[in-house]
Amino acid sequence: MTPLRVSIIGVVASILLILVVLELIRGRRLKERYAILWLVTGVVLLVLSAWRDGLNTVAGWLGVTGYPPAVLFAVATLFILLVLLHYSTVLSKLTDENVDLAQRIALLEERLDRSRGSSEQA
Amino acid sequence: MSSGRIAAVVPAYDEEGAIGKVVAEIRSTGLAIDVVVVDDASTDDTARAARAAGATVLTLPFNVGIGGAVQTGLRYARDEGYPRAVRLDGDGQHDARELPKLLAPIELGEADLVIGSRFVDGGGSYRPPLARRIGIRVFARLVSLLGGQRVTDTTSGFVALDRRAIELFAAEYPHDYPEVEATLVALRSGLRLTQVQVEMRERETGTSSITFVRAVYYVVKVTLSLLVASLRRYPRVEEAGT
Repeated sequence: MTPLRVSIIGVVASILLILVVLELIRGRRLKERYAILWLVTGVVLLVLSAWRDGLNTVAGWLGVTGYPPAVLFAVATLFILLVLLHYSTVLSKLTDENVDLAQRIALLEERLDRSRGSSEQA
Repeated sequence: MSSGRIAAVVPAYDEEGAIGKVVAEIRSTGLAIDVVVVDDASTDDTARAARAAGATVLTLPFNVGIGGAVQTGLRYARDEGYPRAVRLDGDGQHDARELPKLLAPIELGEADLVIGSRFVDGGGSYRPPLARRIGIRVFARLVSLLGGQRVTDTTSGFVALDRRAIELFAAEYPHDYPEVEATLVALRSGLRLTQVQVEMRERETGTSSITFVRAVYYVVKVTLSLLVASLRRYPRVEEAGT
């Protein structure tokens, strides 16, 4: 069983995380679609902290006998990998969109200069 | 305005020293040609030098790399209704006097995309360093295999395009180290591709941008994108004149 003090600290930390995420959404500094990931993380952490037998139970399901917190590290690592992969796809899309915008600006500027030039001559 | 004319797309990054001469040479070929220099956010006066020499200049707000720059020029050619385009480097290594030869298969309606190569059928006087020669060979084989047509040099940036090729590449063009992948995209989209033998010059200013680390990245990136491109489905481009 998780020691009581660790459990309390865990609960407080995960509630803080959830509050920070909610505040970021409220202030429009975090899009809901990304916030969902973080809220899920917060809730999972909260459950594992508050449910003091939880880690041992889950470790038991997965056949991890030696060191139950290893389950926590495994889940956390997997989660971080997924988030990073997701960010790579977002970055790729943003890069493509950025290049497209840059190209349109170059084309529009040229067209603008040309129409200014011809209207000055007229 | 641009009916029957040729757009010469010249991507340029910090080519202040060479660009004026490149533009002047293209314009002195006697072809009905408009030079479009794409200034890829140069830090020097490339744009002004190109404009002074009589080119139309498209200035990108930040550096997007050679592929994105070339595509900008091709989008211009598409939007302005040019039926043909050529692409030359801004450093002067592509000889404008070879342009009629490069455009010939397109004028005859025999090809949609013409690649100017230094070694079609092993001819020509140019002998690149061994590593480069091997790289060019391997990519040529790979593109031939995946694209279903024999090509001998896919790394050349000296190309001529008809309207179909302009429209294809204006819509879809790889961003970094684009030449090899673009060749495969063209083949898989059903463009007719031809190669002609051309001579190229040594660089006039600047140095080659290929270092060892970049060379490794180049090989890995191009190989990966070729494999991915061969898994993708490309819509067949409409027949010319339809």
